Amino acid sequence: MNNYLATHVATLPPSGIRKFFDLVATMKDVISLGVGEPDFVTPWTVRESGIFSLEEGQTMYTSNAGLFELRDELSHHLNKTLNLSYDPHHEILITSGASEAVDLVMRAVLGPGDVVLVPDPSYVSYAPCAILAGASVSYVPTYARENFRMRVEDLARAYTPKAKLLVLSYPNNPTGAIMNREDLLPIADFVNEHDLLVLADDIYSDLTYDETHVSFASLPGMRDRTLFVSGFSKSYAMTGWRIGYVAGHADLIQGMTKIHQYTMLCAPIMGQFAAIEALRSANEAKNDMVTAYDRRRRLMVHGFRQMGLDCFEPLGAFYVFPDISKTKLSSEEFAEQLLIEEQVAVVPGTAFGPSGEGHIRCSYAYSMEQLQEALKRISHFVERRLTNL
Amino acid sequence: MLSEKDRRLLKLISEDCRLKPEELSVQTGLSPEYITKRISDWENEKVIVGYQPMINWDRTGDEKVSALIEVKVLPQRGYGFDKIAKRLQKYPEIKALFLMSGGYDLSLLIEGKTMQDVALFVAEKLASLEHVQSTATHFVLRRYKQDGIELMGEEETLQRLVVSP
Repeated sequence: MNNYLATHVATLPPSGIRKFFDLVATMKDVISLGVGEPDFVTPWTVRESGIFSLEEGQTMYTSNAGLFELRDELSHHLNKTLNLSYDPHHEILITSGASEAVDLVMRAVLGPGDVVLVPDPSYVSYAPCAILAGASVSYVPTYARENFRMRVEDLARAYTPKAKLLVLSYPNNPTGAIMNREDLLPIADFVNEHDLLVLADDIYSDLTYDETHVSFASLPGMRDRTLFVSGFSKSYAMTGWRIGYVAGHADLIQGMTKIHQYTMLCAPIMGQFAAIEALRSANEAKNDMVTAYDRRRRLMVHGFRQMGLDCFEPLGAFYVFPDISKTKLSSEEFAEQLLIEEQVAVVPGTAFGPSGEGHIRCSYAYSMEQLQEALKRISHFVERRLTNL
Repeated sequence: MLSEKDRRLLKLISEDCRLKPEELSVQTGLSPEYITKRISDWENEKVIVGYQPMINWDRTGDEKVSALIEVKVLPQRGYGFDKIAKRLQKYPEIKALFLMSGGYDLSLLIEGKTMQDVALFVAEKLASLEHVQSTATHFVLRRYKQDGIELMGEEETLQRLVVSP
């Protein structure tokens, strides 16, 4: 039946992760470092308020934009934590996860012929969403030697006059890179000069170590050019609740709300009630999770460096992205052979874009014991590869 | 006041006191020398007062009985409740001792092998003490949670995908 598929869907490449997923599923005793979601269960107070909303009979649609109480709470939260100011009436839209928000941004502002500038490597959805919106993608490579921060020179090289939207996804999945104010300012100048819009995917903004997150939208003059996307999945360990949001200029939010009302109608109501509780009472639980991630992050970086591999220190998200090129294996070969020989699943860097070659993504959203065992197995594998050279 | 890094270090030790200074160093970014020195300071300052595993005795099959005892005491001039508390804390049967606000003064957690043990302790040692006005003994029937650890019910097992973006 393939011939019935629309050409742009049929030609859309499947996620690079998919192939791995299928292979892992056939194997036993695998330790996986391949998961992009927290290993914590949603804090109890948040779960409890979801349960309470059901008991109260809150099982209906909400307004398209989402419960006002949640938007209002979010507006205060963003102001307090990231110095952003959005009117909860017209400038915030609650979505089914940040994934929907990314899709809405692309579909609301892009059309055939438009180009989206996407950091490489980065999360797997940006390019497909752009293509489904009729646009095409120009990658902005980022490099380990620059700590995987986007440099304006590389952005300028990737730029074409048809570019309309720039994606900034920091803290970054898969690299764990962050961009601070000094890194972002030249990008902001470039955005201004070339009249670009920015999709700032700040989903990992709460998970930073050593430095606090600076939102691109908070830079001078960037608020109305930026569509600020985030959600509750990573910060509050709420992936399955599917609650995200997008904030920005009222005109753009209104455009996105039109698509949202015809395709999604509203985000799940139970998740929206739970999200209100998360903002009100789960911040300490969130900080405890960040502390736990930080310990694991240090363990992982130390572990890979002990093996003799280069591993840049990630300052955000919950991934390490070690350089495995010393083993003379491509990242796909490395991931595949590691899985077969040591039963450890990691994701090849190339699943996140061509600049991921020579790297693997390891999530540290696992218990200390699992991470220690995984590091032990990986080190056996690496040792064999390095001595055979 | 604790510095932020010291607070983190202390919290980490409170969660798992088996970690060696080298492991603590990897997980915190502090040097092993600093950690060793700090722990030794805290031990001297009685900030760290001991190292104990948390044991759920109910699972060992050993008989053990615990009781919470409310004690009303006449405060002593010049000493308040401290004098009697200092004396009470010497008893090895008393595992915890608090001064409380509200309807009574001291709260004691007592452990013994049998109910008889506990009853005997209350009658002979505690109730007969000078300044003790009354006692009320509440036996523990079952422990559900202790020291922040849930002792009952199934552990929540995560059903995550093996690989996800």
